[in-house]
Amino acid sequence: MARRTRPDPISDSPESTAKDPNPAAAGLMASEDEDTLIGRTVTINRPARELYEFWRDLRNLPLFMENIESITVIDARRSHWKVKGPADSSVEWDSLITEDIPGELIAWESAEGTSVPNSGRIEFRASDNGRGTVVTATIAYDPPAGALGKMFAKMFQREPKIQARRDLRRFKQLMETGEISTSAPVEVFP
Amino acid sequence: MRALTWQGKHDVRVETVPDPEILNPRDVIIRITSTAICGSDLHLYDHTIPGMKDGDILGHEFMGEVVETGSSDHKLKVGERVVVPFVIACGGCFFCKKQQFAACDNSNPAETADASEIAYGYPMAAAFGYSHLTGGYAGGQAEYARVPFADVGPIVVPDGIDDDKVLFLSDILPTGWMAAVNCDIEPGDTVAVWGCGPVGLFAVQSALLLGAHRVIAIDHHPRRLQLARNLGAEIIDFEQVQVREALAEMTGGIGPDACIDAVGMESHGFTPDNLLDHVKVKTFMATDRVHALRQVILATRKGGRVSIPGVYGGVADKFPIGALMEKGLTIKSGQTHVQKFMPQLLQMILDDKLDTTFLISHRLDLEDAALGYKNFKEKQNEYTKVVLKPGSGIQTRH
Ligand SMILES: NC(=O)c1ccc[n+]([C@@H]2O[C@H](COP(=O)([O-])OP(=O)(O)OC[C@H]3O[C@@H](n4cnc5c(N)ncnc54)[C@H](O)[C@@H]3O)[C@@H](O)[C@H]2O)c1
Ligand SMILES: [Zn+2]
Ligand SMILES: [Zn+2]
Repeated sequence: MARRTRPDPISDSPESTAKDPNPAAAGLMASEDEDTLIGRTVTINRPARELYEFWRDLRNLPLFMENIESITVIDARRSHWKVKGPADSSVEWDSLITEDIPGELIAWESAEGTSVPNSGRIEFRASDNGRGTVVTATIAYDPPAGALGKMFAKMFQREPKIQARRDLRRFKQLMETGEISTSAPVEVFP
Repeated sequence: MRALTWQGKHDVRVETVPDPEILNPRDVIIRITSTAICGSDLHLYDHTIPGMKDGDILGHEFMGEVVETGSSDHKLKVGERVVVPFVIACGGCFFCKKQQFAACDNSNPAETADASEIAYGYPMAAAFGYSHLTGGYAGGQAEYARVPFADVGPIVVPDGIDDDKVLFLSDILPTGWMAAVNCDIEPGDTVAVWGCGPVGLFAVQSALLLGAHRVIAIDHHPRRLQLARNLGAEIIDFEQVQVREALAEMTGGIGPDACIDAVGMESHGFTPDNLLDHVKVKTFMATDRVHALRQVILATRKGGRVSIPGVYGGVADKFPIGALMEKGLTIKSGQTHVQKFMPQLLQMILDDKLDTTFLISHRLDLEDAALGYKNFKEKQNEYTKVVLKPGSGIQTRH
């Protein structure tokens, strides 16, 4: 999709809040077609180092990311992601850590050839007013086309923003309270 | 177990439902010994708050005995008697650290918090038995309840003190107290309180304890007004008297220094659909009825304070923004930060500085909860507060 040209931004807010956000301007190494950008910031009342370390152990992510079936760590940079799809299907891809600054930042990019190209970054910044750590997730992705696209529209087109928001909320709950809040009723067995 | 379940507008039933279970490490399960019906429950009964599902267990004012604890290192022990705050709060987030427990960032599960973020700009904290907007947690008008973050919320009460003396620490006592605290009462102040329901009556009592020179209480039920008078308030029956004129005359033409809206929205609130549907069509808020609040704002003196414990959920029509701005009023409102006020209020009860039992008009068995709802709504004069006692076998004539 060709991007409209626009004047240089003068706002101090993050790129993800722009009316027409541009992944490249958000500093993501997004490929040509990754043209949808979402961002979300939460403040977590824990030290940046602790949050970074929990996240950096990618095996922890399925604890709070609802759609993830499994993450297999291949080596220091490479991991394999399996994500739930509708009707018992799933989609898989390899993900590559492209930048890793302990205590501060992790950036990743999907390996070439995946059906859902995506890249992202999670940043951990000690708040300058004593409120813990400001955590910002920024994700660029390409809404898939065709049949697969249709199948994944629910997850990757309409809902990623909601999904990211909920995942981050669960991450915050887990880090601040040690558990993930639930009101799940007791199942009634017939 | 037996529990009072919501089945639709004006339809609540005591049914047999599965017992609650520990789901998270910080949970406890309590066996409920006393649980009350609140004015806030009437908003659910009238279905003016969205996000209810058939079968939801109501009740957010309850106490009982700890019967099971989760796997975390618990400060509560099996057998201890506790009163449970209606607000569920984690104790660890920015808001909890500021003691703004009713703004807790973590207690509302991610999915339901999302709906409230869409409605209010930020996700709301959770509460017991109060719709899926505030988490969809099962309530306490039941034999047992699961209490999350039990190391932060419930307060242990000594053995030997009667349930009836401490039960209202769960909500209405701290709510009346916070309503008065929010008035920033100064020596010589007159405080006017709209509504002599449980919240209004405790606000009257609290305002006097916090040093108000005079308190004027407004309602139309003679028995409720009499209770306010017994506490030391002057009273106005709004059916017989022009309230604003009366308040001006009674305060030397200056007006009350602080006014409390302990009425809240009445039967016209949200359209009774699920909020998510409303969000879809982008017309999710109908108009709350703000009759009392309008009067409150007009009656408050110039430069005065307005405190709103009364519950509103949507948007208001013909809100007197001009009077608010031109008179330079200060408004404070909110769901009560119950956890913040419980210890000091418990101490005042133990020291006999505060009596709450005057409020209770009826004690029923949990089995008669539906009757309790009906009468608390329809016979407000006689039914000032209903306390349900699960398994008590109290007989009520129907
Ligand atoms: N902020 C909180 O955390 C919190 C907690 C508990 C209850 N509440 C809210 O407080 C409000 C009162 O609760 P309650 O249990 O006392 O309810 P209630 O229904 O028993 O009492 C309301 C009283 O207001 C009176 N009233 C109605 N219209 C009036 C008017 N125009 N002027 C003066 N009085 C009027 C009624 O006659 C009644 O006595 C409700 O909205 C409830 O939801 C808020
Ligand atoms: Zn209540
Ligand atoms: Zn909290």
